[in-house]
Amino acid sequence: MNNGGLQMKDERFRSGEKESRKRDDESRSSKTEPSIAPEQLRLKVEQLNVYYGEFRAVKDIDLLIRTNMVTALIGPSGCGKSTFIRCLNRMHEVTPGGRVEGRVLLDGQDLYGPGVDPVDVRRRVGMVFQKPNVFPSMSIHDNVASGYKLNGIRDHQLIAEKVQKSLKGAALWDEVKDKLKQPGTSLSGGQQQRLCIARALAVDPDVLLMDEPCSALDPIATTKIEELIHELKETVTIVIVTHNMQQAARVSDYTAFFYVGELIEFGETGTLFTTPQKRQTEDYITGRFG
Amino acid sequence: MVTQHSTAERRHYQFRRATERLAGAGMVLCTAVTVFFLFMILGYVIYNGASAIDWNFLTGLPLPPGESGGGIANALVGSVLVVACAVLFAMPIGLGAAIFVNEFPSARLGRTVRFMAEVLTGVPSIVVGLFAYALVVRPMGSFSGLSGSIAYAFIMVPIILITSHEAFRLVPPSLREASLALGVPKWRTILGVVLPVSRTALLTGAVLAFSRALGEAAPMLFTAFGNPFWNLNLGKPIATVPMLIYTYATGPYDDWHQKAWAASFVLMMVVLVTSVMTRAFLRGKSHE
Repeated sequence: MNNGGLQMKDERFRSGEKESRKRDDESRSSKTEPSIAPEQLRLKVEQLNVYYGEFRAVKDIDLLIRTNMVTALIGPSGCGKSTFIRCLNRMHEVTPGGRVEGRVLLDGQDLYGPGVDPVDVRRRVGMVFQKPNVFPSMSIHDNVASGYKLNGIRDHQLIAEKVQKSLKGAALWDEVKDKLKQPGTSLSGGQQQRLCIARALAVDPDVLLMDEPCSALDPIATTKIEELIHELKETVTIVIVTHNMQQAARVSDYTAFFYVGELIEFGETGTLFTTPQKRQTEDYITGRFG
Repeated sequence: MVTQHSTAERRHYQFRRATERLAGAGMVLCTAVTVFFLFMILGYVIYNGASAIDWNFLTGLPLPPGESGGGIANALVGSVLVVACAVLFAMPIGLGAAIFVNEFPSARLGRTVRFMAEVLTGVPSIVVGLFAYALVVRPMGSFSGLSGSIAYAFIMVPIILITSHEAFRLVPPSLREASLALGVPKWRTILGVVLPVSRTALLTGAVLAFSRALGEAAPMLFTAFGNPFWNLNLGKPIATVPMLIYTYATGPYDDWHQKAWAASFVLMMVVLVTSVMTRAFLRGKSHE
């Protein structure tokens, strides 16, 4: 009972805060360390609002995503974390009625700026989805090469190199090198998800978005993907949505906690999980709701 | 009390069993009637037609009325030619419209087109024939295989549109997203992902349209017209099997009646073999 009262006070506090125009600067300085060198900053999200028709699913998000780090987005179902991540490569606008306001800067360039082609954005910001979505009409090889082949690139030398490099990068090469011509769907679920990761890596993205990449996988396959994330962050910036707080704690450097479309708290993963600043964050990570 | 209750229960149970049996028997009967008619038609055509089929029937030309013998080779080749040409017209149009309807679902035009296609499948084929007559035969000044192809294409387009649209709808959105997320533009996604994934269903739709058109006589009455001689020129009147069946079946000679049955048998076999071969081909493909 007491707990509920506290939470309500917190809500009231935050809604009052929203009316203040100064909130923007205050919250940003409280959520992130003030000084990040530009080369350490890959994505900068400013005042992002996301709509489905009239419904505002994501509200006034400011977030900094550091280069070659893993940033995890956690929160209960329906909190807007998947919607949010889909805005980082302009996939949200594929949804009928989907609309985005605000800015997402990739290395200083606004992805939603005038004249920016979403197709170019998606070449730089790759994505791995919840369920493995291997192209059933293509072989293992062609799935990895699809970023090139579907775009009409026929350079065999280049494609062969990229396929091998990406499959090695996705820790799948040894398992599939003798059956590259077999259909992608002949692989197991975990292998298919790593194939999807290889496919996304093949076009050399700067950022890799992962929307609950392990939710359809068994624990062993999940472990493999998590190990892979550790290796991948050497070369690519990763943003991962996860339901699983242990997973966030294991794989990420930074964690953002979302709740009903708002970013409640953001910080280093260790800090956020051990000494959360907000009541809701604490309630969520200790399993009191969600 | 207890026994009374159980008698009532038993009676209720027996009633339920009886209704279930009755309903089951009813469904078996309906199925049997359906299958019976299919086999009746097949059997009757085979009984009347198969005996008249020989090599000469398949390779010869029709003889003048009154003479027995001769064949339907010109009509067979004509039918295949006219229908194949119609597929060439109808496939790109139907497929293109289906892509539009499916990939731009918010466009009001798309939904209207889909609805109109459904209406179009119900237009009587004789009306389609008349329309093709007004549209092609009159300006061209003569009956022609080409006008027949166009008439058939009118019948095929809505069938291909609807089957293709259904095929596209079955392509999981996650595959489109996968392609878009790789930085592949929408049109390349459609060509490279949506079409290959749905190709078996697309082919099935094309075969369905082909089979449907192959048996239609009415659209040929004022278009391809018919021709007792060899003709491979689509600019001239051309013989087709359904027209030949119509002419022979309504003619006064016993030999013609026999030939009409035989031609029906051949037509049925062509449709059957085409669909069986397509299935076999597709099954082979899916096991690749």
